Amino acid sequence: MPSGAFADRGADLELVGIQKRFPGFTAIEHLDLVIPAGSFFALLGPSGCGKTTTLRLVAGLEDPTGGRILIGGTDVTAQKAYQRPVNTVFQSYALFPHMTVLENVAFGLRRRQITDALGKAHEALRLVELDHLAARKPVQLSGGQQQRVALARAIVNRPALLLLDEPLGALDLKLRRQMQLELKTIQEEVGLTFLHVTHDQEEAMTMADTIAVMNKGRIEQLGAPEQLYELPRTAFVANFLGQSNLFTGPVVGETSTSIAVDIAGRSIVVPKTRSHRHAGDVTIGVRPEKLTLHRDKPVHDSGHNVMGPGRVTDVSFTGVSTQYLVSVPGVGVLIVFEQNRSFGPVEGEGDEVWVTWNVEHGFGLDDDPVAPDPRFVADTSTKSIAAQRRAALVTELEEA
Amino acid sequence: MSRLSLGKWLLPLYTALALIFLMVPIVYTFIFSFNDSLKSNITWRGFTLDKWLNVCAVQNGAVCQAFGNSLIIGLAATLIATTLGTMIAIALVRYRFRFRSSTSLLLFLPMATPEVVLGAGLAAQFLSLGVPKDMLTIILAHTMFCISFVVVTVKARVAGLDPALEEAGRDLYGSPGQVFARITFPLLLPGILAAALLSFALSFDDFIITNFNSGAVTTFPKYIYISASRGIPAEANVIASAVFILALVIVVTAQVSAAARAKRQARLG
Repeated sequence: MPSGAFADRGADLELVGIQKRFPGFTAIEHLDLVIPAGSFFALLGPSGCGKTTTLRLVAGLEDPTGGRILIGGTDVTAQKAYQRPVNTVFQSYALFPHMTVLENVAFGLRRRQITDALGKAHEALRLVELDHLAARKPVQLSGGQQQRVALARAIVNRPALLLLDEPLGALDLKLRRQMQLELKTIQEEVGLTFLHVTHDQEEAMTMADTIAVMNKGRIEQLGAPEQLYELPRTAFVANFLGQSNLFTGPVVGETSTSIAVDIAGRSIVVPKTRSHRHAGDVTIGVRPEKLTLHRDKPVHDSGHNVMGPGRVTDVSFTGVSTQYLVSVPGVGVLIVFEQNRSFGPVEGEGDEVWVTWNVEHGFGLDDDPVAPDPRFVADTSTKSIAAQRRAALVTELEEA
Repeated sequence: MSRLSLGKWLLPLYTALALIFLMVPIVYTFIFSFNDSLKSNITWRGFTLDKWLNVCAVQNGAVCQAFGNSLIIGLAATLIATTLGTMIAIALVRYRFRFRSSTSLLLFLPMATPEVVLGAGLAAQFLSLGVPKDMLTIILAHTMFCISFVVVTVKARVAGLDPALEEAGRDLYGSPGQVFARITFPLLLPGILAAALLSFALSFDDFIITNFNSGAVTTFPKYIYISASRGIPAEANVIASAVFILALVIVVTAQVSAAARAKRQARLG
């Protein structure tokens, strides 16, 4: 597409058996992924999970070790970055410091010899409400403004696919929320396919239609935000996307609709439709906000699971809700969120409590019960790769 | 008298003395460019503008000839050294290849080696290869030591260049040539210009290496050295003063325009 007209709509992105090895480590083991045209797709994962590498492969800034990349059905694996109908909003924005805002935005249009590049650049700047700053240099803009210029510089080309590499990471919370909303609006307005890479689970859930949670170079689970949150498939997803209370134990009973799992002598019921495994040792879980605290031993009721008694070991007031840590002997520490419907915390530290939840709210994981993954592994986001390279160069320069 | 008031006048005095010490030879050279000298230019014989107005008249224009040679050599060596040095600097920072570190080391050698050794060694090479010594050999010699300074200067600039900028250029449909012309080169330009100025200054100034490799060709520093034994003509003072004033004007202009730009940006921002 590079020279000629705009893409009239977003295009499908298809990754087939992608593998990427760097000297010393494998960033992506084997990745198959289809992103339908017009969708807002988020790749979510911790630093070093391979999400940024995936993005760079799609942009053409890295070559895959194996596999194919298709955009709108066309194999672009062999195409160079400047030949692909793809634009990127970089993590560091990467605005050209020696050009004005307008020249930055018109850069892509001019390279493709599109008529009225400056007019279209002004139009894109109006979309991000920065047209009045067109004559300035990037250094004269605030972080949020730079971010919007970077966005305008990418979307002005009407790429079939827009890649966002954690572009909101450097902004403060309020500005980030505002930009999230703007991005979502722009995506709906122009109908492009967005591929958004982020480690911020809240950002991914707010913005994306579909989220793929990545870990160690693989996709752990893919689905709509609600689906991933309410029915995580693995312990990694359960803990990376929000918080979870997880328990492991053998299945001790089974009905036609549910299984009962033995957790430290208590029988916990999970619906079969919400559990990936129905026999053997299983890990089951429940979200902290689904739990209810009771001061008196609750009356047994087949619709609810009960755990307790336990002791409240910590109370933290967070405004909307209060977070309690409840230590239950033989089970461990449970996290409980209670809405502050009345004023402040209702339980105090050291109180004896029971915890219940609706049977329908539990979920069973597909994982083999193992120790939870270390959350922090080698950091390989673009920025850190660049920083590492630069640090290596600097040391070399000093040694030379 | 407290220590504070001592510092109040001691530092300005010290500064003034240091400046005077540095300026004396320059002022002396400048003043004696107006001397109505005869053969030697050592005693003051009265004020005249003759030497400034007829710079090239003395000794059949030998001063101007030498000055012209220095200019040609300086410009040629600067052009070649800056072009090659910039390419080497980019290659050293961006690519991994065999003998990369030894290349870096080799480039530092001309800076570390005493000029006499370098000049004599080169002269011996030219002699054994049977290359006649003329302008070309001087340009080659100057290019050799200028490259080192260019590489060091430009390399720092290349290392400071965010690779994401070039990636953004490629991502925005810039072919490798366009990315270099519109992003890499403009961003490296300040470093390249600094390197070129440094090269020219080094080449224009050089005497030792030139003396070994120039044969019959006379450059400006060589001319002054030779004539020092029988009296430097005031015309040499004229050219030296003119070069100094030109350099001063360039520096002041650059400073003033930079200050004006900063002011304008501050007003905008």
